[in-house]
Amino acid sequence: MDISLSNVEYRYQAGTPFERLAIQDVTIDIPSGTYLALIGHTGSGKSTVLQHLNALLQPTLGSVKIGDREVKANEKNKNLRAIRQRVGIVFQFPEHQLFEETVEKDIIFGPMNFGVSENAAKERARVALKQVGLGEEILEKSPFDLSGGQMRRIAIAGVLAMNPDVIVLDEPTAGLDPRGRKEIMDMFYNLHKERNLSTILVTHSMEDAARYADQIVIMQQGRVAKRGTPEEIFSAPEDLVQMGLDVPEVVRFQLKLEEKTGLNLGKIYLSIDELTAAVTKRLGGGVRT
Amino acid sequence: MKKSVVSLKDVSFQYDSEEQYALKSVTFDVYEGEWLAIVGHNGSGKSTTAKLLNGLQFPSEGEISVCGLQLNEETVWDVRKRLGMVFQNPDNQFVGTTVQDDVAFGLENMGIPREEMVERVQDALKKVKMDQFLYQEPHHLSGGQKQRVAIAGVLALRPSIIILDEATSMLDPRGREEVLETVRTLKNEKSLTVISITHDLDEAAKADRIIVMNRGEVYREGTPEEIFSMDEELVKLGLDIPFSVKMSKAFRQQGFQLSKHFLTEEELVTELWTSHSRM
Repeated sequence: MDISLSNVEYRYQAGTPFERLAIQDVTIDIPSGTYLALIGHTGSGKSTVLQHLNALLQPTLGSVKIGDREVKANEKNKNLRAIRQRVGIVFQFPEHQLFEETVEKDIIFGPMNFGVSENAAKERARVALKQVGLGEEILEKSPFDLSGGQMRRIAIAGVLAMNPDVIVLDEPTAGLDPRGRKEIMDMFYNLHKERNLSTILVTHSMEDAARYADQIVIMQQGRVAKRGTPEEIFSAPEDLVQMGLDVPEVVRFQLKLEEKTGLNLGKIYLSIDELTAAVTKRLGGGVRT
Repeated sequence: MKKSVVSLKDVSFQYDSEEQYALKSVTFDVYEGEWLAIVGHNGSGKSTTAKLLNGLQFPSEGEISVCGLQLNEETVWDVRKRLGMVFQNPDNQFVGTTVQDDVAFGLENMGIPREEMVERVQDALKKVKMDQFLYQEPHHLSGGQKQRVAIAGVLALRPSIIILDEATSMLDPRGREEVLETVRTLKNEKSLTVISITHDLDEAAKADRIIVMNRGEVYREGTPEEIFSMDEELVKLGLDIPFSVKMSKAFRQQGFQLSKHFLTEEELVTELWTSHSRM
């Protein structure tokens, strides 16, 4: 499902003394199947953009096209539920939203709310549980007796059980240990490929943006500051630094190495293996005796 | 001779509802003026350890002493004056409606006279560079600023030990650096002892000493060099190795002969540069 934002502006509490302009003139195309990383500082407007992707917020100017629906400013937009079913958002610390007595009830709540029968929803719960790497024995447990990492997976399963076409992830690995972080990111990447989803990842991790995304959008002060492939974005590291953003560790290392040695590798490398291979080649085999 | 300021002896702990022990005969010391990082997978017992040190929970077995005081229900208030804690979520630790009220809260609890309180609040906020925000509402601050205010709240009590319980894990990279830099400066100026419970291995690489926890037990203890030479063993424990160590390994695989695994990028770059210029 394609999503596109056209000249979107959003003002919080518009028309009141507390009015605050959060984003303006935001145009982003997300063709079906894209893995897009949205990066920027806290307060740059990322979360506001995110909430437009399933019409939780409706633009105060411009329009958002989600599949065949268009949500426009200053129009009554009815029946947005269908949109929300197709675009699943995994919010930050989604485990804080668990509330049911059992894991199964928690996962089937979403689909049943959208009119799926109980049996079909339970079947979906089993599939979703498998996708997040948990066993069925957990279904009858209280979500509150599980570990933090398991709770996070249950909450994600609840979103997957809606069978969304688009999945939006807001810092999905915050607070997890390094293994948990890698497992969750790999899981979303596999789902993205297997189910041919569109994935939108809001992250502070330049490593994740470089590793998983095909497109990166950088937000700054409520506007789109830059857009491109990871190679394009990270090949101009000085722009990122100027915006006060980090570059991936590998890029930072390459820049330090080039500065110190005067070596110029000619292009930016985004993985450790590519970089070490390129340096070795340049230094003539690298073996020193 | 290193002076021990915190000591755990055979400490075990079990949460009421759980069959398994969250901590199993944990023994270690924390020395005056050091930066100790405690790392481990989710559920390894790191945060339970922090709760026990601050008397939020008491051990099922074993003993804890802080600055020579044996920790129990009678001494817990004295212990908390010596050992302050900053928690993970910046939004869950505010009680005051303004920044200065928030920092004053702990002092009010201790019955500090008003004049002294005013002075201590300003002093603490100055140290974390938040003295321009006295009348701000805490929820209007950035994550990094909030955590610095939380640190000021702890500092105002003039503790000798500060525990960071994943205090930077919810912050963006800039906020994280703000907080760590603040604590580093304070540690150097005041010989504060820092216990940092963290998943951030690049932060742990800068500690004086690291304790690795695994399934409720102390798995290994050592300097960052010693711990990170464990290499793939750390990955098996659910952890990772710092970037510069990964980079050192990759260069070795390419045939570079490096003198060691480097813990900072600068050292590695220097080594590569010297080896290059000698070729």
